[in-house]
Amino acid sequence: MTAIACGMRDGPPPRLQLRGITRRFGAMTANDAVDLTIRPGEIHALLGENGAGKSTLVKIVYGVLQADEGQILWEGAPVTIADPHAARRLGIGMVFQHFSLFEAMTVIENVALGMDKPGPMPALAARVRAMGAAYGLLLDPDREVHTLSAGERQRIEILRCLLQSPRLLVMDEPTSVLTPQEVERLFATLRKLAAEGCSILYISHKLAEVQALCEAATVLRGGRVVASCDPRRETPSGLAAMMIGAQLKPQPARKVAPAGTPRLVLDRLTLAPEAPHGVTLKDVSLTVRAGEAVGIAGIAGNGQNELMLVLSGERVLARADAVMLDGAPVGRLGAAERRRRGLCCVPEERNGHAAIPDMTLIENAVLTAHRRRDLLRSGLIRFAAARRFAAEVIRRFDVRTEGPGALAGTLSGGNLQKFVVGREVLQAPGVLCVSQPTWGVDAGAAAAIHAALIERAAAGAAVLVISQDLDELMALTDRLCVINVGVLSEPRPTAHVTADQLGLLMGGVHGEPGPAARRAFADAD
Amino acid sequence: MRIRIESRRSASRLLPWITPPFAVAATVVASAVVFAAMGYAPARTLFAFFVAPLLSVQSLAELALKAGPLVMIAAGLATGFRANVWNIGAEGQLTMGAIAAGGVALAFWDDDTARWILPAMCVAAVLGGMVWAAIPAFLKTRFGVNEILTSLMLTYVASLTLTSLVFGPWKDPEGFNFPQSRMFNDAETLPAVAGTRVTIGTILSFLVPLGLWVVTRYSIVGFEIKAVGLAPAAARYAGFSESRTVWLVLLLGGGLAGLAGAFEVAGPIGQLIPQITPGYGFTAIIVAFLGRLHPLGIIPAGLLVALSYLGGEAAQVDTGLPRAATGLVQGMLLFFLLASDFVARYRLAFAGTHSADVRPARPKAAAT
Repeated sequence: MTAIACGMRDGPPPRLQLRGITRRFGAMTANDAVDLTIRPGEIHALLGENGAGKSTLVKIVYGVLQADEGQILWEGAPVTIADPHAARRLGIGMVFQHFSLFEAMTVIENVALGMDKPGPMPALAARVRAMGAAYGLLLDPDREVHTLSAGERQRIEILRCLLQSPRLLVMDEPTSVLTPQEVERLFATLRKLAAEGCSILYISHKLAEVQALCEAATVLRGGRVVASCDPRRETPSGLAAMMIGAQLKPQPARKVAPAGTPRLVLDRLTLAPEAPHGVTLKDVSLTVRAGEAVGIAGIAGNGQNELMLVLSGERVLARADAVMLDGAPVGRLGAAERRRRGLCCVPEERNGHAAIPDMTLIENAVLTAHRRRDLLRSGLIRFAAARRFAAEVIRRFDVRTEGPGALAGTLSGGNLQKFVVGREVLQAPGVLCVSQPTWGVDAGAAAAIHAALIERAAAGAAVLVISQDLDELMALTDRLCVINVGVLSEPRPTAHVTADQLGLLMGGVHGEPGPAARRAFADAD
Repeated sequence: MRIRIESRRSASRLLPWITPPFAVAATVVASAVVFAAMGYAPARTLFAFFVAPLLSVQSLAELALKAGPLVMIAAGLATGFRANVWNIGAEGQLTMGAIAAGGVALAFWDDDTARWILPAMCVAAVLGGMVWAAIPAFLKTRFGVNEILTSLMLTYVASLTLTSLVFGPWKDPEGFNFPQSRMFNDAETLPAVAGTRVTIGTILSFLVPLGLWVVTRYSIVGFEIKAVGLAPAAARYAGFSESRTVWLVLLLGGGLAGLAGAFEVAGPIGQLIPQITPGYGFTAIIVAFLGRLHPLGIIPAGLLVALSYLGGEAAQVDTGLPRAATGLVQGMLLFFLLASDFVARYRLAFAGTHSADVRPARPKAAAT
């Protein structure tokens, strides 16, 4: 607060000013003479596609990386931010897009580890509970992180920062796992923080969010600043055009799909979780027909992961006819056999689940496509054919990489996601189940992934999309249902559902959906 | 001042192949210092240790003889290590293989013309080793028991079984009560090559890593093993079965160790005795890591470790260097390998210093 008081007297110095920041990795220039100014109490958006240099810039601000050239001014004075400790001492807090959490430790231990002076545990736990209640980030401080979903993990990261009362809060894609109501609550929090004098650097691909929240925006493309503007005065497509340097390809319009034959049928599927604290699937029934895309909305950790494992065959069921694929019971078949019969899945986690970071793209192509793309000859891998297939995925889905021989771990999140989705789509599955298809993916890549899913449905496949991004589900699906604590709602035509109704049904945090919410959804049409 | 360990970002894919020669060189230098400190002429002792065994055909043959079981066992173990299956009981599987081969040999001892007997001994040895490795496999896949403990403990069961057999029912009736079996007959002994003690078994032992290299590099089975080791969740998603992989690599490692046991008792030893291995099953673990868990790296690694055995003996004869020096040199080799790996992958950073190629070793740091 004193900083603001001082600032008032002789014209407020910017909270943070970057001048000519340049950072190179080998031959690649990730940041090229970037200028950025954030005033006290300002909510400033940093926009750009994956690979535009946002994360590098943010890491420099947070002391994770050092700039090769350029100057950082903190409240008018030049500073060197040697490491994240130094950043936190200045008053910079950061919520990373990828979580830095220790899986085997509890929520509260992770919170304490991220703080320089955590204080006694019971007091900290009380603060976590209070802060969580205030900002709608409910968490049990004693749960172990490995039992938490992606969304719950992100809440830890947000809380960890808020607890340190930062003067500049950097948020990298913070809202991906929140319901519209929660987003509103978070925005209220951020606006409150900003009104108290805390500056916020807000990184997002969601243009509508940026327009609703931010009063200034810096747009990066190819490591350079291409525009600084007031996002409230721009149109979403204008902002998107600045980001990707061209107009977005308009999404193919969703026609109402004809009622095709059922290709994927879930019949009263009930299953206890494998992991402790997992979600029990209760009486889940769903039919997905040829040519249609069905969406499942819901907050992370409500049974989506469990459902995906059951669909893909990674968890095998006792009852074969609980999952029917093109009329045949497949509940007792494993993942390889289901895939052979035309059921392909893309799980939420890219690294270590959908793809193996330490393998090349060729090997990652072999991983799931070896049967459907005929990449084997009498038990031996046809590497030439595998390379051709990987190259085809790279070309058709515009994956930015050195080539098929690159390690999957060297790709950015969006590019690896395009590769994974492309790999499954090009296997021409009859049923395609995708979880969080555009999590952490930039607008250009998201559009490409959406187009591929829609094309697959148009080609007669049944497409099931599990997502927390309501805009995505609204744009993509014909019918929509909601999963909450393992219970799947009745699907409704997407055209008759509003985001508000869905958000209510999703119920915010864990707990039974309120009766009012259920009624609201039931009355949707 | 704060010191911390940071990972080097630009770790080259060639790096694993650069450090072993460096470790060997460091071992030679450190050995010289140790030998000198112990009062032995360093140059002469080094020569006796590292060079003399390479100078005659006879001692080269001995080198191959020692390296054979090491490379064959290490190739099998390394396949499992790549799948994160830690079979460290190859010593016991080798012993069981030797018992099985010896049992066949003793049962048909009267017939010294049968051509089928050697192949039968080899098959029995492979099965013996597999059975011994199947126990940890079953316990791991059925009950989730850690295979490190079970495979290690079974080693002692195997070696005590061998002892009780050669002290008891299998003791040579004409052997003056020594704890050893009859000498195997000619049909039960592997033919030697070119007047040395090297046998056909030795040559086969060196072909095994080559065969495994082809399988792991080009077959879907090898791919499966690698996938299970690197990312179990992704392997499950791809439809690969983790427990099938556990069974596969344990049976492979056990079978090859068992075969090595047969090659020993039907080769240079020629009978069952209480001590049939100078710790090949354990030393093979060092060989596997020195060879970077790569079938082709394991051959030079096995030769190198065999050289340390032979060199220890040669230096003992030539300069009177104590026998324990062999263990010392092997220990230094492993130490320098691990240390140079560490130095190659990480660097020490003193608070406040940063280089462009470095980022802090934080878990799952953000990446664009």
